[in-house]
Amino acid sequence: MLSEDLTGVTVREAGPEDAVCGVTPRWVALPETVEEVSALMRACADRDLAVVPAGGGTKLHWGPPPERLDVLLDLCCMNEIVEHAAGDLVVRAQAGVTMDALAAALAGSGQELALDVPFTEGTTIGGTLAAAVAGPRAFRYGTARDLLIGITVVLPDGTVARSGGKVVKNVAGYDLGKLFTGSFGTLGVIAEATFRLHPLPADRRWIVAVIEPPQVSERGPCQVSELAAMLAAAQEEPSAVELDWPHGQGPIWMTVLVEGAAAEERARALAERMGEPVTGVRDEPPPQWGLIADDDLLAEVRFPPAALTEVLDAVHYSGFSLRGSAVTGRIWLELWGEEDEEKVSGAVDALRDRLEPCGARLVVHATPYESVQRWGRVGALPLMRRVKERFDPGRRMSPGRFVGGI
Amino acid sequence: MLDTLTAALREVLPADAVITDPVRLRTYECDGLTYHRATPGVAVLPDTAEQVAAVVRLCNEFAVPFVARGSGTGLSGGALPREDGVLVVTSRMRRVLEVDLPNRRAVVEPGVTNLAITEAVRDQGYYYAPDPSSQQICSIGGNVAENSGGAHCLKYGFTVNHVEACEIVTPDGDLVTLDRMDPGYDLLGAFIGSEGTLGIATKITVRLSRAPESVTTVLAAFENIEQGGRAVSAIIGAGIVPAAIEMMDALAIEAAEAAVACDYPRGAGAVLIVELDGPSAEVELQFARLKEICAGAFELRVAAGQEERAAIWKGRKSAFAAVGRISPAYIVQDGVVPRTALPRVLAEIDRLSAEHRIRVANVFHAGDGNLHPLVLFDDAEPGAGERAETVSGAILDLCIEHGGSITGEHGVGVDKARYMPRMFTDDDLDTMQLVRCAFDPRGLSNPGKVFPTPRLCGEVPGVRKGAHPLVESGKAEQF
Repeated sequence: MLSEDLTGVTVREAGPEDAVCGVTPRWVALPETVEEVSALMRACADRDLAVVPAGGGTKLHWGPPPERLDVLLDLCCMNEIVEHAAGDLVVRAQAGVTMDALAAALAGSGQELALDVPFTEGTTIGGTLAAAVAGPRAFRYGTARDLLIGITVVLPDGTVARSGGKVVKNVAGYDLGKLFTGSFGTLGVIAEATFRLHPLPADRRWIVAVIEPPQVSERGPCQVSELAAMLAAAQEEPSAVELDWPHGQGPIWMTVLVEGAAAEERARALAERMGEPVTGVRDEPPPQWGLIADDDLLAEVRFPPAALTEVLDAVHYSGFSLRGSAVTGRIWLELWGEEDEEKVSGAVDALRDRLEPCGARLVVHATPYESVQRWGRVGALPLMRRVKERFDPGRRMSPGRFVGGI
Repeated sequence: MLDTLTAALREVLPADAVITDPVRLRTYECDGLTYHRATPGVAVLPDTAEQVAAVVRLCNEFAVPFVARGSGTGLSGGALPREDGVLVVTSRMRRVLEVDLPNRRAVVEPGVTNLAITEAVRDQGYYYAPDPSSQQICSIGGNVAENSGGAHCLKYGFTVNHVEACEIVTPDGDLVTLDRMDPGYDLLGAFIGSEGTLGIATKITVRLSRAPESVTTVLAAFENIEQGGRAVSAIIGAGIVPAAIEMMDALAIEAAEAAVACDYPRGAGAVLIVELDGPSAEVELQFARLKEICAGAFELRVAAGQEERAAIWKGRKSAFAAVGRISPAYIVQDGVVPRTALPRVLAEIDRLSAEHRIRVANVFHAGDGNLHPLVLFDDAEPGAGERAETVSGAILDLCIEHGGSITGEHGVGVDKARYMPRMFTDDDLDTMQLVRCAFDPRGLSNPGKVFPTPRLCGEVPGVRKGAHPLVESGKAEQF
């Protein structure tokens, strides 16, 4: 029994509702402190138990099913904001704190963690880091790895390790935070994180534009790409340029966010330069701003920004809905509704065949179908395997959930 | 052993790319940290990534350590050679391979200087954001190794935030590309700042930034450093993120004045340089707010153009070298504290300075709490060097005590490896060592740097390693 030598740590028997991609664990553990996580991991190591860490569970169905799973490590009880040093624009929090709760706490001091999350509720700090999801404002603020300044992790053998700290400028030692960001629970457990914060913008405006589709497939850069290039270089410094293209057909919606002092003035100037497609300048975001609508089948495409025309062209009539940034080279593709497995698998392969020659990468995060190729081209895989081997020699952390079967 | 290796090196490199002449080798005996010196066993000047890979493979074959060196401007001895090893100098690899403005990136070789990237794209309205003080000569390969910052990283971040991909030669001699776009672990993020211990970068894709529409540079003179400190807190508190906030104390101003006649306001106990940049409309509003905040300054200068801007920066940028005018010898320190701890830490530094009769000139990136105390001493005076060392070390202890770091941008190198156990536990360091062992199981890539006497990669960790030194002393809590 797992809980034998784990005094005080809450462990319960798992049920079918705790399954990860169809694999049901034997136990669910609910640690409340870093020490408890460490004790749990040691106990799991002693018994050769496989572990999947979980936050709010919003992305738990992403990735392949674990090869084996004994313990679901639910970090929901690690929900304390340990320190908010407002004068230093730094916050340290446990991994189970939800991004909403964090935002609410920081807003009181007129500050924010400038990371947009693609789900409306439940998303935790740990999950946001482990999946390294990026939102619209990554163009201005970077992604999770750029805002993370310190991390506490628990290794598969129970070792507690920290790197970074609580100052923004710090080059002492290796940056384990970078390594764990985007590692999908395969190296250890993210227990606490420290972030640099930004002042909440004084003001925000959203420019909404609608661009008719025929221009998409024309030869040369399409109108969307031309606008995106103009906006990326614009001296008004927009924080985000988002695209929304349901089913890859019909008009493309483009929304430009301008934040900070003189936002209205800057937004008006930009809207004028964007010209005829602009339908308005608003002080509220459009509905679904930066959100993933449906992730039964979800892919992410990363591409050099100038390849936007090729990306849009590939997605046109593919059946996928496109949402994401026109300027950072990061978009989501969603597939809504029932689709035939063979058709989906073929569509993913076809997209990848067209995108990879443009320097783009397509990763399928979530799919109900096993035959869909998830990863595509991965550079440096042998080095990644060596890192995994060092951190998790027993292959007990989310085994099989990551690139190349890591 | 080295003789056989040298002969093998001559087979894979052009004749003039292998240096064994002792006089020429001595030109590489140190980097910017001149009090650590070692003459390399042999130095090579490869021209291409393939040559670097061939050199590293030979080092593996002969089990000889290697050290990479760019321009040799590092301040922590990260490029200190090994007498029993090979020094790989990237100075011949200085081609800008590609400028790709539509994708806002440039591909360069590691020996290209930081400033050369900006110069290649300035006319098109772009620049490369990280700007270490040595940017005219320091190499981008060295910047990647050290994760270099600069005065403007307060707003724009460090090298790691501006590099999209690196082609590297791994410590076992493979050419591998680490790309932010690739799925999988962020090995690029782990590589940048690893101080040459995870391999050698041979091709670097940097992100280019759009030059801001408007830049306003302000010099505010205060009667004392406390007033300056309060202004810094008020600026941050007002929700302004300037491109840079720099501060100098009276002694540093005196030195800069003596060296470059920067003509800062007379009688200032502290000067603050604040640079605002971004859209004109935003900068205007922030500048109005800044003037209110700096109402307590006895003089406020605003640069009217590029020339006046350069004049304001001149004193600050020359500060390190300038203290040579007021002191025969000095140590450049680099530590970080949370910004709000600055007043307390500066008072403590004053106390240390008085106690040990060692003058300390303070120059710092006030916006992010990165201190560069210049510890002054007379090397002709017996015992002064030791007292200066004591003060310099005590300043690092202060940084750790206040929750900061032993280095904000100069790196650990050989200089601070011994301080790492004060900032990190054995478990922290052993975990970092896992990364090292994954990349470099034989420990050939820049050994002896960053980590104090690391365990060999095959060794099993000890049983229990005791409490964190900070926890033990009650200065921090374990969480």
